Amino acid sequence: MSHEQSHPHHIVPLKIYLAVGAALLILTAITVAVSFIDLGGFNIVVALAVAAVKASLVILFFMHLKYDNKLYMIIFLVAIVFLAIFITFTMFDTLDRGVINPEMDLHINPRAKIYQNMLMDTAAVSSDTLPPPASGH
Amino acid sequence: MSHADSHAAHPKHLAHHFSDSVQQAESAKLGMWIFLLTEILLFGGLFCAYAVFRAWNHEMFYSAHKFLDVTLGSINTVVLITSSVTMALSIHAMQLGKKKQTLILLAVTLLLAAIFLVVKYFEYSHKFHLGQLPGKYYTFTGVPGDNPHIFFSVYFAMTGLHGLHVLGGMGAIIWMMVRTAKNSFSPEYYTPLELTGLYWHLVDLIWIFLFPLLYLIG
Repeated sequence: MSHEQSHPHHIVPLKIYLAVGAALLILTAITVAVSFIDLGGFNIVVALAVAAVKASLVILFFMHLKYDNKLYMIIFLVAIVFLAIFITFTMFDTLDRGVINPEMDLHINPRAKIYQNMLMDTAAVSSDTLPPPASGH
Repeated sequence: MSHADSHAAHPKHLAHHFSDSVQQAESAKLGMWIFLLTEILLFGGLFCAYAVFRAWNHEMFYSAHKFLDVTLGSINTVVLITSSVTMALSIHAMQLGKKKQTLILLAVTLLLAAIFLVVKYFEYSHKFHLGQLPGKYYTFTGVPGDNPHIFFSVYFAMTGLHGLHVLGGMGAIIWMMVRTAKNSFSPEYYTPLELTGLYWHLVDLIWIFLFPLLYLIG
């Protein structure tokens, strides 16, 4: 009865799923191993590069974007592009706050209540390095 | 084929407002991908927070991340990747009409998800015990550097939201097991199973980034 429909689903061979799974596990081992080597600023580059490769494998094969309607790929890429814009432009602001106005370089107000409690416990910080608490008592 | 014939052959799963099964399945997947887009942007806010706080507190992030257990994190990464494989294989089995195999693979996926959460539970309870808690609840004194509670706030927010997604995924997998057992799916129709798979792979995808950012480089 249902044979009048052509088979609408692309069946990915079992071998591909197993190979992708193995590749993901190997890449996990690589990223863990590399994290124990001090590469300075390159550690994050390697970690994110390996994560990006792993993510691509998951998206292309497990999530079928390699085989499916390309519209889904476009939706996914739109999400990634907007995420990149979001993070990049936020960093433009937050990284350079002290450049124009040095007072803004202090990212957290040490007068905030919760920091006072914590700093009192820390012998490393002497009380005279702290600005006086806001008046009010 | 006359109209009456084609109507008689109308598959049970096909809703009347779709012209055929392919259109129905593609529409469902389109909706799912738009939902996944919102999920990426939801986690995106937390990834952005991570980027900002890491840039501001670079050395503290480095010192604090050493208090995360790389072994447990790696185990959970392997567990989650394996669960993604079994999820994909369960759909593969349904494409071939192997109902029993689908059920077994879904059960394995569910078990792996539970293992992930159990490992997470041990990690969390250890941190609760040490007072490595977010924000004002932070009482641990072993991390050198200023404001180490910020790292743990980011850690708990990101892994906590991810953990909730694992729980949600487990619920969806259980639902799919019930529907598979009730013979709702066939090689012609298994869209809900596919959508659950997409969701589960997204959960894996988020962890693929969380793990190196939190556990490996801090």
